[in-house]
Amino acid sequence: MAAAHHDGRWARWFNRSGWIRITIGAPYLWLILFFLLPFVIVMAMSFATRTPTAPPFSFGGEHPLLNTEHYARLVQDDLYIRAYLNSILNAAAATVLCLLIGYPMALGLTRVGRAWRNVLLMLVILPFWTSFLLRVYAWMGLMGSNSWFNKLLTAGWNLVVPADWALRSIPMMNSGFAVALVTVYSYLPFMILPLYATLEKLDLTLNEAAMDLGSKPFAVFRDVTLPLSVPGIIAGSLLVFIPASGELIIPSLVGSSARPMIGRVISDEFASARDWPMASAVAVALLLLLVVPMMVYTHFEGKSHARAEGGGR
Amino acid sequence: MTGTEAGIPAPAASVAAFARPAPPLPGAKVPPFIRIKGVTKRFGTFTAVDGVSLDILKGEIFSLLGGSGCGKTTLLRMLAGFEAPSEGRIFIDGQDMTDLPPYERPVNMMFQSYALFPHMSVERNIGYGLKHEDMTASQRRDRVREMLDLVQLTEFSHRKPHQISGGQRQRVALARSLAKQPKLLLLDEPLAALDKKLREHTQFELMDIQDKTGTTFIVVTHDQEEAMTLSSRLAVMDKGRIMQIGTATEVYEYPASRFVAGFIGSVNAFEGTVRGVSGDLAEIAVPELGGAVTARAVPGLGPGQPIALAVRPEKIALSRSRPEGVNVIAGTVRDLAYFGKDSLYRIALPSGRVLSVNSVNARRHGEHERVADWEDAVWLSFDPAAAILLKD
Repeated sequence: MAAAHHDGRWARWFNRSGWIRITIGAPYLWLILFFLLPFVIVMAMSFATRTPTAPPFSFGGEHPLLNTEHYARLVQDDLYIRAYLNSILNAAAATVLCLLIGYPMALGLTRVGRAWRNVLLMLVILPFWTSFLLRVYAWMGLMGSNSWFNKLLTAGWNLVVPADWALRSIPMMNSGFAVALVTVYSYLPFMILPLYATLEKLDLTLNEAAMDLGSKPFAVFRDVTLPLSVPGIIAGSLLVFIPASGELIIPSLVGSSARPMIGRVISDEFASARDWPMASAVAVALLLLLVVPMMVYTHFEGKSHARAEGGGR
Repeated sequence: MTGTEAGIPAPAASVAAFARPAPPLPGAKVPPFIRIKGVTKRFGTFTAVDGVSLDILKGEIFSLLGGSGCGKTTLLRMLAGFEAPSEGRIFIDGQDMTDLPPYERPVNMMFQSYALFPHMSVERNIGYGLKHEDMTASQRRDRVREMLDLVQLTEFSHRKPHQISGGQRQRVALARSLAKQPKLLLLDEPLAALDKKLREHTQFELMDIQDKTGTTFIVVTHDQEEAMTLSSRLAVMDKGRIMQIGTATEVYEYPASRFVAGFIGSVNAFEGTVRGVSGDLAEIAVPELGGAVTARAVPGLGPGQPIALAVRPEKIALSRSRPEGVNVIAGTVRDLAYFGKDSLYRIALPSGRVLSVNSVNARRHGEHERVADWEDAVWLSFDPAAAILLKD
């Protein structure tokens, strides 16, 4: 009797609706603690004033409580504008290239047999087992003017171009090209995986139906596969574009100092210049630059979806 | 009011083009419209379709009937061009189609899953195949409108497939496959996804549409009732081979083999031995029926020959008193199931064998007035013509 009573109480305790709230609430709590709160701190810091204290900023006193000077500097100093443009251009180029390279790879993954598919998927994920930093260093080695890779490419180049265009080595390191190349290499899996997940779910009968109705293979791809994989394209592009635009390590290691990138600017402001408020302002502006257009897009996408749902009723 | 025709303003030209040919007479010298010649399809070591030859006439609804894995769908996919035959040729309207890709064949298919494009409206689904046709934009629009009319979906033209019901999706799929006015329409289990009531209704709608368009239909189905009501002729398939081709009546009343007799409808089958033949009647010894029975003879019977005898449950008469005539057997009601329009009796014979007997409930009566009840002693009888003799 006592045990049964006990069990009943445990069951009630476990079945309480509170548990559901906790399970749902936990991720939100995580996001509030480790995303929203830090963001609010950075946001607040961007309106502070730099002081030679520790921490190196303060509000009020002889300083204005809300100091907007850093945001003004963002538009006045062309370093920041150039850095934003370089970063966004690099991220956009990397996203487009990842899409062009990753789409056929993802599509190929869905068309091979089970056994091969697992092997190839493994190969896509394999680079994650090695440290990111190490892989960037590996590219530095490859691109350096004395590497076998560079020598091979140089030999190939010299074979095909006229003699007065011949080079001793191809200047790859410390260039926009190097940053784009390593960004594409590093972020390619983030494009392939969501694309694969979308493409794998597509019903191949639809392709047969399109072919049956007179479409040649390319038209089948254009009319059926491509439009139905748009969710995967958007997901993959966001997963590449957003982290690539704030990328710090790649431009620092293989980029050129003449082409500032925003990730590096933030890092330099924080660490070298110890100008935390300025660094915060740059970071907040970057976030707004990325998030606002996306929110606008989602808003209109949602609206056009609602229109399609309601259409014809 | 012109009544029923009001809903379908089909242009006169296309009606003329769609004129239905006279139904083929047995033995008539009409050149076949579809000719499948010795087609075999192997997947690795598995033979899905095994040397099938088949002639189908213009304007027929022809059904390929068989259980799962009998090769009917593979044969259909070879007609559509999704699979290439390992051997044999396929001709449509005199042209060799064997090596043409699906997009160059005058053949369209209605898929079992319908395969509607989820991102396109009903209208765009139906019009999809027309963009490859040599037509002006207004001709295309007219054709789509005509098709929407044909399947009565005009008011749903702007909806997406997920916004309409299963029955409506089925009709969109049909309209899409008919829009290009194919010479041959392939239907893969066209009614399988519909519920029973809708299925019966759609069956007649399909026949009606076939009648209007005159398109040759090949239907793949595992449902024998569907095949029998829909088709002008049907082929029963098993293990990649065609077991019998004929009209529904021919296949049901004159099955060519034990497999066909058992597959189409239900049957009571027995093993027996020929005792003698006199005129068009044969005497067959069937131990399970407790002696000899008389059956209509088939050519090539000789005394002592082992043979199978099959009788359909509805061809056996059931009575309480002993009837006159041949083939009278005594039994006991083991079980009975009342279906409303008819009842199924399971009758145990003295040999221990249990027979199925169908009895139509033509008269209205209460539970205690029916022909026989549980454990009643009854008499069974059947006409010699009702007994089917099967050599294979």
